[in-house]
Amino acid sequence: MYAYDDIDRTLLSERVSEFRDQVKRRLSGELTEDEFKMLRLQNGVYLQLHAYMFRVAIPYGTLSSKQLRRLAHVARTYDRGYGHFTTRQNIQFNWIKLAELPDALADLAEVGIHSMQTSGNNTRNVTSDQWAGVAPGEVEDPRIWSEILRQYTTLHPEFSFLPRKFKFAITASKHDRAAIKIHDVGLRLHRNDKGETGFEVMVGGGLGRTPFLAKTIRHFVHGHDLLSYVEAILRVYNRYGRRDNIYKARIKILVHELGADKFAQEVEEEWRQMDKRVLTLTDADIENVRSRFSYPVYENLPHMPDELKAAAHDTRFEAWRKNSVAPHKVPGYAIVTLSLKPVGMPPGDATAEQMDAIADLADRYSFGEIRVGHEQNLALPHVAKRDLPALWRALDKIGVATPNVNLVSDIIACPGLDYCSLANARSIPIAQELTRRFANHETASLIGRLHINISGCINACGHHHVGHIGILGVEKNGQEVYQITIGGRADENAELGNLIGPAVPYGEVADVVEDIVEAYLALREGPDELFIDAVKRLGVEPFRERVYATR
Amino acid sequence: MPLVRNEKITADDFVRVADDATIPAGGNVLIPLARFLEDAEALLQRDGKVGVILPNNRDPDDLEPYLERLALIALVFPTFRDGRAYSQARLLRERYGYDGELRATGQVLRDQFVFMIRAGFDAFEVKKDSDALAFEETIKRYSVFYQPTADGRFTALRQRLFRPYAAASR
Amino acid sequence: MTSPLEQKKIKIAGPSIVTANRTWDGAVVYRTAGHGWSTDLTEAAVVRTADAARDLLSEAAADDVNAVGPYIAPVAVDQTGTIAPGNLRERIRLDGVTIPLLPVAVAA
Repeated sequence: MYAYDDIDRTLLSERVSEFRDQVKRRLSGELTEDEFKMLRLQNGVYLQLHAYMFRVAIPYGTLSSKQLRRLAHVARTYDRGYGHFTTRQNIQFNWIKLAELPDALADLAEVGIHSMQTSGNNTRNVTSDQWAGVAPGEVEDPRIWSEILRQYTTLHPEFSFLPRKFKFAITASKHDRAAIKIHDVGLRLHRNDKGETGFEVMVGGGLGRTPFLAKTIRHFVHGHDLLSYVEAILRVYNRYGRRDNIYKARIKILVHELGADKFAQEVEEEWRQMDKRVLTLTDADIENVRSRFSYPVYENLPHMPDELKAAAHDTRFEAWRKNSVAPHKVPGYAIVTLSLKPVGMPPGDATAEQMDAIADLADRYSFGEIRVGHEQNLALPHVAKRDLPALWRALDKIGVATPNVNLVSDIIACPGLDYCSLANARSIPIAQELTRRFANHETASLIGRLHINISGCINACGHHHVGHIGILGVEKNGQEVYQITIGGRADENAELGNLIGPAVPYGEVADVVEDIVEAYLALREGPDELFIDAVKRLGVEPFRERVYATR
Repeated sequence: MPLVRNEKITADDFVRVADDATIPAGGNVLIPLARFLEDAEALLQRDGKVGVILPNNRDPDDLEPYLERLALIALVFPTFRDGRAYSQARLLRERYGYDGELRATGQVLRDQFVFMIRAGFDAFEVKKDSDALAFEETIKRYSVFYQPTADGRFTALRQRLFRPYAAASR
Repeated sequence: MTSPLEQKKIKIAGPSIVTANRTWDGAVVYRTAGHGWSTDLTEAAVVRTADAARDLLSEAAADDVNAVGPYIAPVAVDQTGTIAPGNLRERIRLDGVTIPLLPVAVAA
C-alpha cells in the first residue's frame, strides 16, 4: 500500500476546493457547458444517457479496505448502491448528481483517492499488474514506478491539454497482466546486464477505430531516466500529435504516420536536448516513494496446511480453489481472485454491501488490501492458504466466488447502450445471456481458458479487438448488430482478432458464440490446446466454415 | 480583454499590428511572426519595444537569434483545449533562456492560470473580466506541485527529501 | 464547441422532440412548449417540420444553464396523441437500463 503524506493530501484537498468552485460557477451559469466540460472531464465526470457518470481512479489497482469502504459509502450515499469496475482499474458510479459531486470527492479525498484525470485529454490513471508485489518471479514491484509516474503526470502544467487521452501501463512480470501493448505507452520493467532496473518502452498501442499494438522505441531506459524520457515522448506528442480530427489524435496515429523509427528519433532528439537534471530520479527519490509502500509481515506457514487438506473433499471448494487461487511469491500464501462475473449479471458490478463485506474480509484475511484487475475482477493478494476454506465460504455467501476466472463466462464488457451516450448497441445483456449459456462449470472447465470481450461501439472500451472472441456492437438501420472476431489477445503475445463473418443481430450473438466454441471443441488437438492456440494454428477459416455453414 | 501582469490588471503598452497594417514609427508593437521574420533586424532597430506573436504550430527555434532583443512573446491558445503553447512556453523559458514577457493570448480562462504560470507565462490576456479580477485569488489554489518546471517551485519529491521523515508520515 | 445548430443541417423523418440532460443532476429532460424542461415525455413539445425542430432546438440550446447537450430525437405519436420514444436509445433513456440493476442480493 502507498500511504499518502501531508503533501499528497494537501494537493487532493486543493483539487476538491477547486472543483467545488468550478461546479458552483457552472450551476450559476458563470461557466458555459463548453468551458466546463473539460474541467469536469478532468475530474472524471462524464454525462451519460441517464445521468452524470463519475469515474474514480484506483491507481495501479491497489486499494485499502478503508478505501473500498469509502467507495461503498459513495455508492450508497450519492449513487444507487453499486459501482462498476472498469478495464482500466477505475470504478464508475452511474447515477451521480453534479451538485453533490464535490461532496463525494471530498469524502474520497479523506482516504486518499480521487478522480483526477480519469477522463479528458490528459495522462490517465497509470495502470499496472493487479498481482504486483505478490506475483512469483516478478523483477520488482512495478507500483513504485507507477506511483512515481502517477505523481509526475498529475496536474502536469505542460501536458494537461494533449491532443487526446494518454494511457500508461506498467508490468514487471514475464506474463503481462496489464495489457501494456494496447496502451499509449507500455513499460516493461526489466534489468540490464549490469543488474540495473529499467524499462523497455513501447509506444502507440491502442484500440478504438484504428487498433494498433504498441511498438518498442527503446529497449532500455534506466529507471533514473524514466521521467525525462517520458517527458520527451509527451512533448513530441503534445507538439506534433494531430488536433484536426479526433479520430486521428491519439499518439498511435502519430507513431503510425511517422513510422516507429522516425518517432523514436524525434523522442531521442528531444531527450538529448532536454536538461535532464531536474527530472533525473536519484536513488533517494526512488527510495522515498518505496518507503511509503507498506508490505505485510508474512508468517512462516506450511505450503499444504491441514485446513486445505480437510476442505479438499468439498467439490465446490475444490472447483473454486483450482480456478480462482493463484500461487504467491511467499510459500503458505495465495492470491485469490474474486469473480465479479456471476451468472446472469452485469460484468464488473459490485454492490455497496459487497464492497463493505470484501473490505472486512480483506482486513481479516489479506492484510487489509484489495486489488482491481483490468479483467473487471477483484483480488485479495495476501491470503494464508490455511484461511482459504473459511474465506471461500464468506466469498460464496456474498456472490463473488463463481469459479469462472479466465473461463468463457469471465466476460469483459463495457457499459454499452444501457448507460453510455457513445454506444451504438448494448453490451451487458449480451454478456448476461452468454454467462447463462455457459453457466455449467464442467462445460466451462472443459472449454478451458477463453476470454470474451464485448464493446458497444467502436471506441472499444470492452477491448473487443483483443478478446479471444471479440464482440463489437454497431447500429445498422436502427437495429443492434454485432461483429464477431476471433484470435485476439492482450497479453505479452498480443494480437488483434480477425472478423469471422458477417455481423449478426442481437438475438443471435449467443448462438454464434456457442457455435464458435463448439467448432473449437471439434477442431482442437486435445484438451491442452487452448482456444486461442487453436485459432492461431488453424486460422479463422475452419471456424467460419462451421459457424456460418447453416446461416 | 483585460491584461494581467504581475497579478494585476494593467494597461497594455503594446500595439497589436495586424498582418497588413502599417507599423507605427514609434511605440511598442506586437507583430505576427511571419511579418517579423520578413524584416527582423530593421524592426528591432526602430524606436520602441518589439513583441512577436508565435503561432502554436511553429517551433520557438525561429526566434532564437532574436530572443535577447525581444521584449514580448505572445503565445496563442486558439481554444483553451489546445495545449501546444504550454510546450512552447517551457521551451522558451527553460531551453532558450528567454526572460522577457511571455504572454498568453486567445481563450485564456481562469481555470488554466496555474498551469500557465508553471509553464512560464507571466502575462495574460484574459478573456473574461470576472476571471481577470479573480486572478490573484485563483493562482493561490495550489500550494504543492508534483513536477519541476522553470517557475522554480519546489516539487513534492524534493520537499519530502529535505525534511525529516517523521513529518511526512501520518 | 460549435452550436448544435451549426453541426449539421437539420432533417427530421417524423414527429420529433428536443431532449437533453438537466445540469444539476443529469436527469433526462424534454423541452416543453412552455419554454421549460420536463422529465415527463408526455409534456414534450412535438415538432413535425425541420424549421420547427430548428427553432425548438435553438431555443433549448440558449438555455445552457439548466440543461446540457440538447438534441433532436424521434418520437412516435399514436392516434390518442400519446408520445413514445422513437428509437432504442431514447427508450433506454426514458425507461432506464434493460438489465437488473443490482448484481446479487447479499445473503443476510
